[in-house]
Amino acid sequence: MKPTRPGLVAVVLAALVAVFLLMPLLAVIPVSFTPKRFLSVPEDVWSLRHYQSLIDEPEWARAAGLSVLIGLASAALATALAFLFSLGIWMLRPRYAGALMGLALLPMVAPPVVSALTLYFFLITLGQVNDFVAYDSVPGVILAHMVMISPFAVVLITVSLAQIDRRIDLAARVMGAGLFTRIFRVILPNIKFGVLTAFLLTFVLSWEEIGVTIFITSVDVATLPRLMWMGLRDNIDPAIAAVSVVLIVIVTAVILTRTAVQVARSRRGEG
Amino acid sequence: MSKSMKSALLLLGPLLAFLMLAYVFPFLGILRWSFTLPELGLGNYSDALTDPLVLSVFWRTLRVCVIVTVVSVASAYVITLLWVRGGPVQRLVMELCILIPFWISVLTRAFGWLALLSNRGLINTWLQGIGLTSDPLTMVRNEFGVVVGMAHFLIPFAVFPLASAMRNLDERVLLAARGMGAGRQRVFWTVFLPMTAPGILGAALIVFVFALGFFVTPAILGGGRSVMVAELVYLRIFQSPNWGLGAAISVILMIGVAFLMGALMKAVRPGEKS
Repeated sequence: MKPTRPGLVAVVLAALVAVFLLMPLLAVIPVSFTPKRFLSVPEDVWSLRHYQSLIDEPEWARAAGLSVLIGLASAALATALAFLFSLGIWMLRPRYAGALMGLALLPMVAPPVVSALTLYFFLITLGQVNDFVAYDSVPGVILAHMVMISPFAVVLITVSLAQIDRRIDLAARVMGAGLFTRIFRVILPNIKFGVLTAFLLTFVLSWEEIGVTIFITSVDVATLPRLMWMGLRDNIDPAIAAVSVVLIVIVTAVILTRTAVQVARSRRGEG
Repeated sequence: MSKSMKSALLLLGPLLAFLMLAYVFPFLGILRWSFTLPELGLGNYSDALTDPLVLSVFWRTLRVCVIVTVVSVASAYVITLLWVRGGPVQRLVMELCILIPFWISVLTRAFGWLALLSNRGLINTWLQGIGLTSDPLTMVRNEFGVVVGMAHFLIPFAVFPLASAMRNLDERVLLAARGMGAGRQRVFWTVFLPMTAPGILGAALIVFVFALGFFVTPAILGGGRSVMVAELVYLRIFQSPNWGLGAAISVILMIGVAFLMGALMKAVRPGEKS
């Protein structure tokens, strides 16, 4: 007997929710072609001026470049710290593992605004003793993003560590491998996919981070989300619509490709 | 120093030291602000709990969060149902509808709602175009816009706990209910729904906790009119500075969330002591 499929009512309701989920993403498209300088729906004339301004105004490319730089730096550092930490928990199984894990995950579960205020405090305090890592500085933003994204890397790496057989590490240890060899030649090859996933996820999280970034930057450091935020707050700039369309197209293309690959693979598996 | 101590320091040390320095100590600093700015004492806390403006923001936050939680969990439930138990095409469509919004940044999604709901947005242009309304309907810069935008952001987060509850369900119980003559409706309401209750509770707590500290969507779609707690903190730090009060509100928020997280842990793992 096959499991019961959802009935008609469920299908209709789910379709409504699906429309609700996709609607705002589609709504951005017509707005991005407005010929006017304020948020509006184009009537007769469709214009590419807002896409043109993304190319003409250097601040957009500069912001995107800065976001990539901050994303790469904070994701690499956060993944490295999270890798060592998760390994420590897995290999040493310390007595207070639960409490240590709780501390490492704290920035993920605390309300974002509390984290934002905390990191603001951290950076203005540091700013009193140096000019390099301070409020409204690139290194400051990298450190703050590291705090916010490292818990996600810890979760992902811990999950992939949980799937390896402890006996391979034991075997390496019995045969005289040192800590360094055990980590980099025995354990890392087995979880490299998890580490890579952690890096990619933390990069994306930093790339689109805005809640904390608003608190710790003002005019000098304009990441892409920060620039969009400024364009959204006062007079809504339709250039935001053009940026949004570009971002939506990228995300959709990546997800559709991934899904297509999966579907093709499962077909081949069945055939 | 023993060998295991050395490797513990080497492995666990860096992240823990970093978080102590960049997160735990600064939070203690916020705690100090809340008791010392502008003067030593509990003044900020008594202000936060008696000032009618702050209280009205607290109430609005609670009200909006409760509505958002109900809307998000109910919506997530139906799409998860199709995602987990539907046919192959339904599964694929639902997966895309969950994943694509999930990976798109909060700013883009809030902007999408502005494009739809604002006075010169798609819905008002269309309504006026067909002559249904002459004046635009106000759908943003109020609580309606905030609820819609937040629910949209939080639905994917509610899907994951619901999906794990629906996947772990014992299919044989449903088959037994069917076999003993219960109709589809009855199986759903008296067997399926109660069996996924822990997932519903987990999803509701996650959504509620996320919603409480939410800053970006309410600030954009509320347009400064329906201020929620997180935006109030921002305003007290950057616009009409009262750092002590902003810090006290953050501490209250942190305590509230800590309680809810404790409840979440209990709901997820009822057997274990925390």
